[in-house]
Amino acid sequence: MTYLAITVLGHDRPGIIAQTAEALAELGMNLEDSSMTLLRGHFAMTLICAGDAGAAKIEAALTPLLDGSLSVSVREVPQESEVAPLGESYLLTVHGADRLGIVARLAAVVAEAGGNITDLTTRLSGDLYVLVAEVDFPAATEIAAVRDRIARVADELGVEVGLRLVERDEL
Amino acid sequence: MTFVLATLPEGRVLDVVRAPAHVLSQAGPGVDPQDPEIVQLCADLVATMRVSPGCVGLAAPQVGVSAQAFCVDVSEHPKARTTHGLIVLVNARVVESSRNEKGREGCMSVPDLTGDVKRATRITVEGQLPASGETARIETDAFEARALQHEIDHCAGLLFLDRVAGAHAIHTRKVYLAGESG
Repeated sequence: MTYLAITVLGHDRPGIIAQTAEALAELGMNLEDSSMTLLRGHFAMTLICAGDAGAAKIEAALTPLLDGSLSVSVREVPQESEVAPLGESYLLTVHGADRLGIVARLAAVVAEAGGNITDLTTRLSGDLYVLVAEVDFPAATEIAAVRDRIARVADELGVEVGLRLVERDEL
Repeated sequence: MTFVLATLPEGRVLDVVRAPAHVLSQAGPGVDPQDPEIVQLCADLVATMRVSPGCVGLAAPQVGVSAQAFCVDVSEHPKARTTHGLIVLVNARVVESSRNEKGREGCMSVPDLTGDVKRATRITVEGQLPASGETARIETDAFEARALQHEIDHCAGLLFLDRVAGAHAIHTRKVYLAGESG
């Protein structure tokens, strides 16, 4: 059993997912995890699939997708353990006037504190720049200190920022 | 305010069914609240909820029985505002609802995922009490409202997975603590 990471990028049109999934199914590759979105109108999909076909075979099967407007990359990846670390999830939200370095500066603060970004979306709409990220911080993290550093950087950047605990209710 | 409930027989602790079990996706039939089997089922739901750490509600499909019966008790929960203590209802439905709010929910029947779900924060629920068959009307808010909607959904064959707020609204559960209901 091999695990493959596949990315498909390019001009959006109907049917890309259907074609990709069908090609993988025909090779007996199970689509384990996937994420797809449109980025400024460009199709962007990443997926992990598992099965017995190798990267070369899958690349060949996906060749029909390559009509000049899409790029596909396939590479073998190790099977990652799904055991998640103990800790808490926070939602980092940022909005403000667009300027260079917002993601870089704020992500650096998160990284310095040992935080791991598990989901990130940024959108630019006119002059408004929006960032929403889900971040796991280790259990021992002093969140108040992280919040202070984030607030300082946000001040320098001139953006509004929030960091709130994602509360999960058991029902 | 306490919810008036007839005395139920002693309940048995049952196994909790996990997705993708088909019973969780079936709309449960309405039931006769005075049927001794239904009364026993209600008692079993309460007993099973009580032994499951962190569990604040349990519906019949979660113990493998397709039926409109559930129990809820959020009286110890920090997010609860209005509480009615132990609520056990059959054939319940939401008759009024307002003020939607998004929250992240976890469920004993979907132990490894959580999801962002919009629910009304003020609701009125009508249902019948097991044993007496009396009609009950509950007006509540906040966490009790969320819990009731989650359980009524179970009775209708819906999981939080059917109600998530968007394509990125399902998350891998990140924290397992000792004794957590899972």
